Amino acid sequence: MAIKKFAVACFDDEAPLFAAVDKVRNSGYKLHDVYTPFPVHGLDVAMGHKDTDLHIAGFCFGLTGTATALGFMSWIFTSDWPINYAGKPFFALPAFIPITFELTVLFAAVGMVLTYCYLNQIMPGVKKHVFHPRQTDDYFVLVVEVPEGEPEGEIMEFLAGTNPLETNVQVAEDGWWFGRWDKDEDYTKNFA
Amino acid sequence: MMTERFTVPAKLKTTGFALLIIGLLTLIAGGITLLGSANEIDHSRFWVSLLHNSVFFLFICVASIFIQAAASLAQGGWILAYKRIPEAIGANVWIFGIIALAVLFAIVFGAADHNGHNPIYHWTHPGDDKILQGKSAFLNPGMFVGFSVVAVVLWSWFGIKFRQRSIAQETAPKNSTKIYWGVIALSGAFLFVYALTMMSTIPWFWIMSIDAHWFSTLFSWYVFASAFVSGISLILLWVIYLKGKNALKLVTKEHIHDLGKFMFAFSIFWTYLWFSQFMLIWYGNIPEETTYFKIRMQGPYSFFFYANIIINLVLPIFILMSRPSKRNYFTLVFIAFMIIFGHWIDFYMMINPSPMQENWFLNWFELGVPFFFVGILILAVSNTLSKASLITENHPLLKETLVHIS
Repeated sequence: MAIKKFAVACFDDEAPLFAAVDKVRNSGYKLHDVYTPFPVHGLDVAMGHKDTDLHIAGFCFGLTGTATALGFMSWIFTSDWPINYAGKPFFALPAFIPITFELTVLFAAVGMVLTYCYLNQIMPGVKKHVFHPRQTDDYFVLVVEVPEGEPEGEIMEFLAGTNPLETNVQVAEDGWWFGRWDKDEDYTKNFA
Repeated sequence: MMTERFTVPAKLKTTGFALLIIGLLTLIAGGITLLGSANEIDHSRFWVSLLHNSVFFLFICVASIFIQAAASLAQGGWILAYKRIPEAIGANVWIFGIIALAVLFAIVFGAADHNGHNPIYHWTHPGDDKILQGKSAFLNPGMFVGFSVVAVVLWSWFGIKFRQRSIAQETAPKNSTKIYWGVIALSGAFLFVYALTMMSTIPWFWIMSIDAHWFSTLFSWYVFASAFVSGISLILLWVIYLKGKNALKLVTKEHIHDLGKFMFAFSIFWTYLWFSQFMLIWYGNIPEETTYFKIRMQGPYSFFFYANIIINLVLPIFILMSRPSKRNYFTLVFIAFMIIFGHWIDFYMMINPSPMQENWFLNWFELGVPFFFVGILILAVSNTLSKASLITENHPLLKETLVHIS
């Protein structure tokens, strides 16, 4: 991950936020992310996010589970340790189905949760820079990357044109890291 | 302000009449050749096929009432864009109810083989059969008639009542929620009735009692799941048909997508119940239980037994799994027809094997009779739809269906 310079604009409503997101995307500046206190319908589309491929990962995890369960049970009960259960055939497929089903669900669920966490860079013990302490409260926070090697004056002027409540510039880590807030970074220093 | 009238296209009417006449001719031809035949298995074939189709079409129509009642009770607003369709199907339940009652009573009281025994419902004459004698307190013609009549009358009444309340909502005073809460109470009452009929007693009497010695505790749930997923498919077919005629302007891809999700999910639900019933019996391996599956799995029906799972589970699950296919009219129509046909086969597998044994038929008669019911369905439902607006104007939740995102 890398340390970058960000221009931050805060809003207290969705309407100006959507207008600002549109403006940033049309301007050619790189939109880093938008932080909102609750899920905002349509914001993903406005930000230009494509549909997630998480479900394809889920399908693959599920198939892995199916194959694991069926393969493992078939191997155990037909060649490794065949046992006669009430005269049933060694390869007793109907009896394998519930476990196959459970393992499919388990693999798909756990795999998707971990993939989701990885894609969104969230995990217990993992930290990400907080651009505004009120972004989980009532502020809609729009973060734009300041182009490398350029002064921030131009972009701040541009952001001011979207009528934000406040704007500021922050130099921050753009990804996730393991650590502790109190040791690593004083995230409130920009709002003292 | 938002009324939308639907006039029945002449083509639909012609198709409906054509199907009705094909079915009627099949019935008449079957009545003459099969009932007039000296072979008793032909008599059974006639009644079994009628029983199969009348029960199947009645059940999927009643499932429509259930779907809109459950949505009303859960205060689901998204269904309002097309709620007039399940209501219109439900308002015609009485037609299918009368046909089913006529067939059932004809079988219980009319059908008899050379010994005077009933070829389909053995329990009508327990004789010295200890098991049937033990069940006779419940399984007797009096109880059969009583439960059947009460169920059909209640279903029909609720079906008509729901539509009538929905139409009354249009002329209700603005911002009045009287009818809205009335419908919610009515939905609660209907679900209670539905649980005691469709989800328990009625499939016991009408279908499970064909194998009178056999029983399964979750049989009615399994029948209900079959009817439910077919009911959803039927509603979806109507929605897409009307959408193709530029009607139902409130329905968007989002509603269609959600109906597709229902088809997908309840195909799995059906399989879950079907398999739960099958696996426990297979594992327990108790002779009195396994007889049911012996003829279906190892006998002449084994092809349908496995085809049933492929049509009703494997194909829907893989075709409907991805998002684009649930938003594509072509795949949805294909899957909806396939699911309805698949569950028709499922009902065939519930009803046919026991009376017919190895003399099975899936021939001109079996395949022709459903057209009679499909014809009635098309004519009756389209006629009902054309009688009122397709949109429940003035409904408190109408906004929800406009902004619905799946």
